[in-house]
Order: sequence, then C-alpha cells, then structure tokens
Amino acid sequence: MNSTQALIKDLAIRYGRERTSLLPILQGVVEQEKYLTEFSMIEIAKELDIPASDVYGTASFYSFLETKKMGRYIIRVCKTITCFMKGKNQVLLTIEDMLNITLGETTPDGKFTLLQTNCLGWCHKAPAMMVNDEVYTELTPERVREILGQYFRRNE
Amino acid sequence: MTTNTSYPLKRVDFIFLNENDWKQILSKTLKRDKQEIINCLMSSELKGRGGAGFPTGLKWKLTSDSEADEKFVICNADEGEPGTFKDREILSQVPQKVLTAMAVCAYVIGASKGFIYLRGEYKFLQHALTNAINEFEHYCEDIGFHFQTSIFMGSGAYICGEETALFDSMEGKRGEPRNKPPYPTSFGYLGKPTVVNNVETLAHAFTIFKYGAKKFRDLGVQYSRGTKLFSVSGDTPTPGIFELELGMTLQDFVEEFGDGDTKAVQVGGASGFLVPRKRFSETAIGYQGRLTGISLPTGGSMMLFNSTRSMYNVLHNYLDFFREESCGQCTPCRVGCQQLLAGIEAVKRGEKHSSYLEKLLKLSETMQLTAKCGLGQSVANSFASIVENFWEEMVF
Ligand SMILES: Cc1cc2nc3c(=O)[nH]c(=O)nc-3n(C[C@H](O)[C@H](O)[C@H](O)COP(=O)(O)O)c2cc1C
Ligand code: SF4
Ligand code: FES
Repeated sequence: MNSTQALIKDLAIRYGRERTSLLPILQGVVEQEKYLTEFSMIEIAKELDIPASDVYGTASFYSFLETKKMGRYIIRVCKTITCFMKGKNQVLLTIEDMLNITLGETTPDGKFTLLQTNCLGWCHKAPAMMVNDEVYTELTPERVREILGQYFRRNE
Repeated sequence: MTTNTSYPLKRVDFIFLNENDWKQILSKTLKRDKQEIINCLMSSELKGRGGAGFPTGLKWKLTSDSEADEKFVICNADEGEPGTFKDREILSQVPQKVLTAMAVCAYVIGASKGFIYLRGEYKFLQHALTNAINEFEHYCEDIGFHFQTSIFMGSGAYICGEETALFDSMEGKRGEPRNKPPYPTSFGYLGKPTVVNNVETLAHAFTIFKYGAKKFRDLGVQYSRGTKLFSVSGDTPTPGIFELELGMTLQDFVEEFGDGDTKAVQVGGASGFLVPRKRFSETAIGYQGRLTGISLPTGGSMMLFNSTRSMYNVLHNYLDFFREESCGQCTPCRVGCQQLLAGIEAVKRGEKHSSYLEKLLKLSETMQLTAKCGLGQSVANSFASIVENFWEEMVF
C-alpha cells in the first residue's frame, strides 16, 4: 500500500464509507497532496464502492478540488470587484515577477502555483489572497514581497 | 394615510454584543412550549438574512409540521456573495449565539442533528468553531438535551450557498440546484425535512429569544423589522461591518459611509441592484413590501463606487463572476452568462452597435424567467440596473 492508499483508508475510517463522506475524503486528500490524481480518485471510488466517474464528476465541480498538478503552496488572489478596485493587479504582477511564472502556472521546483479566485469575504480589507488555507489581507506589493519571502525561506 | 416606510440611519448593537449568557438563554428557551416559540418568531417578523427574506418562524413551523423519522437543521455559512463578510465575523465572535438558535430550532422541529456548511475560504475558522461546538454539546448534555452539530466544509463553489445545491453538496454530489418544489421544509438533506438558515438569521433569533419578539419588532419599518448587518466596502473611508436598523434610505446610508463623491451603490452583491446617485433618496433598504415604494431585498452587501470608477468594469467583473460560478446545469444561465459577457465586450470594442445592448437586456429578462435557480434569475438585476443607468459608459 502506498502513502496515498493509506491516506484514503485513514480518511474512510475517519469519515465513513457513505456517499456523504465523499467530499470530506476528497478534501482530506487535497489537504495532504494539494490535488487529486486519477490514481487517488480511483482509490476513493474503490474505497466507497462507487463509480470512479462519480468521484471525478463531483471533484471537478469544486474549484478547490484541483484535478491538475499543483504546487505545494497554492496562491489564490481574489479577483472580484473590491479587490480589483483596490489594486489586485499590482499584487498579481508582484507575485508573477517574484515567482517568474504567469497566472495558472506552477514554479519549476513544484513549490508554488498561482491562481485567481472569487470574493474571499475580506472586501473591507481588500485586496486579499489565500496561500493554501491562510488568508492575507490589505495587500500591497511590499507586503506581498514580505509574505512570499517567508514562504521562500520555508523548507519542508 | 401614512406609514413610516423609511427611517434615518440608526446604528444598533445586538449581534456582536456578547454578554456570554447563551447557557441561560438556551436552558430558558428549551423550557418554552414549541408552538409558543414559533409564535414568538412569527410575531417578531424576522425574515431570512441570507437574501431571500423568507419568514423564519413560518419556515420552522412548516418543518415542524412535516412528518418524518429524522429532520435536520443547517446553518448556511457559505457566504459567497461578493461584498458580504458578516457571517464570518459572527462565527468568529459569537458562535454560541448561532449554536443556541440551531439547538432551539432542533427542539422546535424535532431534529437532533445540525450542520454548519462552512465555505472552504473560511477553513481558518474550523478549529475555533469546532472548540465552540464541543463546549456547546457538553452543555447540551449537561442539561439533558440531545443535539449534535458538525461542520461540513465547502470547496469553493458559490452556488452551494443555494439551499438545495447545498444538500447535494453535503450528499457528496455536484452542487447543482434541485427543482423546487419539493421544498427543504419537507424534502431537504437526504430527503428529510430540513431548516436551512443563514448565520445572521440564527443570530437574530438569539436576540429575539433573549429580549422577546416585541423589542425586535419595534425596530425597523413595516415589512422590514429588526436590524441587519451590512457589509460595507468599496469607495468608503470606513469599510467594515455595521448593524443598522432596517428601513433607512440609501441617501442616509451614503451620507454616513460615502466618500463625498459616491456615484452609485451596488446593494445586495453581484446578484443585487445598482442604484445611481439620482435615486439614492427614493430607495429604502429593506424587504419588498406593497407600501415601501422602492425597497431592495438585501443580504447586506453594500459596495460603494465613486466617480473614478467605470461601471463597465464593474459589470464586466460581475458577469465574469456569474459565468464562472454558474453550475452549468440549465442552458439559459450557462449560455446566457457567456453571451452577456461577450456581448458587452463586443459593444465596448465597437464591433456591435450600441442598440445591441437592447438585445442583451431582453436576454437577461429571458434568463430571469427561465433559469432554474436564483443565480441565473438574478443576473438581470445587476445587468439591467447597470446598463440602463450607465448606458454611455457601456458604449464609450
Ligand atoms: C446562488 C445563490 C447563492 C446563495 N448563497 C447563500 C449563502 O451563501 N448564504 C446564505 O445564507 N444563503 C444563500 N442563498 C440563499 C439560500 O438558498 C437560502 O435561501 C438561505 O440560506 C435561507 O436562509 P434564511 O431564510 O435564513 O435567509 C443563496 C441563494 C442562491 C440562489
Ligand atoms: S440558473 Fe445557473 S446556477 Fe442555477 S441551476 Fe441553472 S445553470 Fe445552475
Ligand atoms: S472582493 Fe476580494 S475579498 Fe471580496
């Protein structure tokens, strides 16, 4: 059994093998591995005894359940109206510049992926972004450089 | 014959006022007769704060009247409407109020299981909220009331805030809205009678259990009783969350929160309406009622725009949002959102004559009539109110 299979087994024990456990299990895999591979979706289907197409059908509906390869840190910059008005494009340009990638891409070392997302619920402190589950608000190019700098220094 | 339909703006403080008395309120309320609690909610005239404005007491009554071996109470914390951020603050500051109201609801309708559907963007709240739930369940046990709550995390889909899409999402499916009827009050999560209430609605229910229906009902105006949290953002010197008595005019609102140069306010988020400056004074903020003149239903999102903003960019941003968040299940919405967006781009680039906007307005009307759920139906709100009021900005 490889680590993904073990993870899925653990999640199935924790959440149960009902259909209602599907989303929590998918989320559990994404939390560890950042995205869903074909392999992990098939394993989940076996574990819950449902068609793999159902697992893919559900997963592909949700924007946080990525089915493409992602970096270990997924950056999601809010692009909805208030963040847009308050300088989201400057934030984006700063990140692109620092990581040397454009929107939608992953750094060659597999550390960062840069995406946009819709309103994060922090409009009064716009512009906002998430790095994995962490939220950062009132962003300026300087603050973005500081925040990403901390992630650069993180080794795992 | 005159009825007060608008009030000057009045700030109030109920929701975030925390006297840490939830245990007392919970034990006290659970001793009351179920029917009497329903009557109390009905006479308070509390309406849902999630956007649709359905009377909360009636919702609880209908679910209580449904026969079933199992029922559920769900707190809708999907808060995805652009410009809304109050539910997050309620759940971080006063989660016990929300849990208390959920437990009372469970008692009234005959449920023993509750869920909080929390949007994935608010995952950072999960830990503290879980602790609050544990403490709450402990207390319920102590007083011999059987009620369990769990958090169900969303995964980044605005449409899952629509109550029937929310059920499907919890059932492990794509979050696609169902046909209504049947309504959640008889056929909800797992096909069982279910109350879905917005976070803020539940917090107001706590206020009502604490102070009584009259105190709540005495606030606000006819058809729009009580208070409401407003999420204020955009071109304002004081962005944030404010609890206000319902029924003030937009003019009063802008005087309080504007930057002196407010040209328009979007009320109710991307699915709400844009109100231009010339109509601020005739627009009251509340739920629609026969006597209230122009009154806007609202989830409490208030986005202010000053004269430096292009309304074309605003509309473009909203349409892009809808195009992405449409579940794609029905054609009017899936294709309509794409066409509206492509349409205003073509007019802006001069590839289509400005009269093409008329065609697009017709299209948005068709969507309003034929789309399956509130998402597709409400695209016309912002589309028509922006295009009609800022026609020249769409063209040049
Ligand atoms: C597209 C769409 C998104 C919605 N999103 C939310 C939401 O995020 N939170 C919410 O409470 N209600 C949302 N609603 C309204 C719910 O369907 C439902 O009416 C509400 O949760 C009922 O609670 P209330 O009566 O307390 O307002 C949404 C509706 C639609 C059509
Ligand atoms: S109106 Fe839009 S969001 Fe609603 S069911 Fe149809 S396609 Fe889905
Ligand atoms: S618009 Fe970016 S957080 Fe709301």
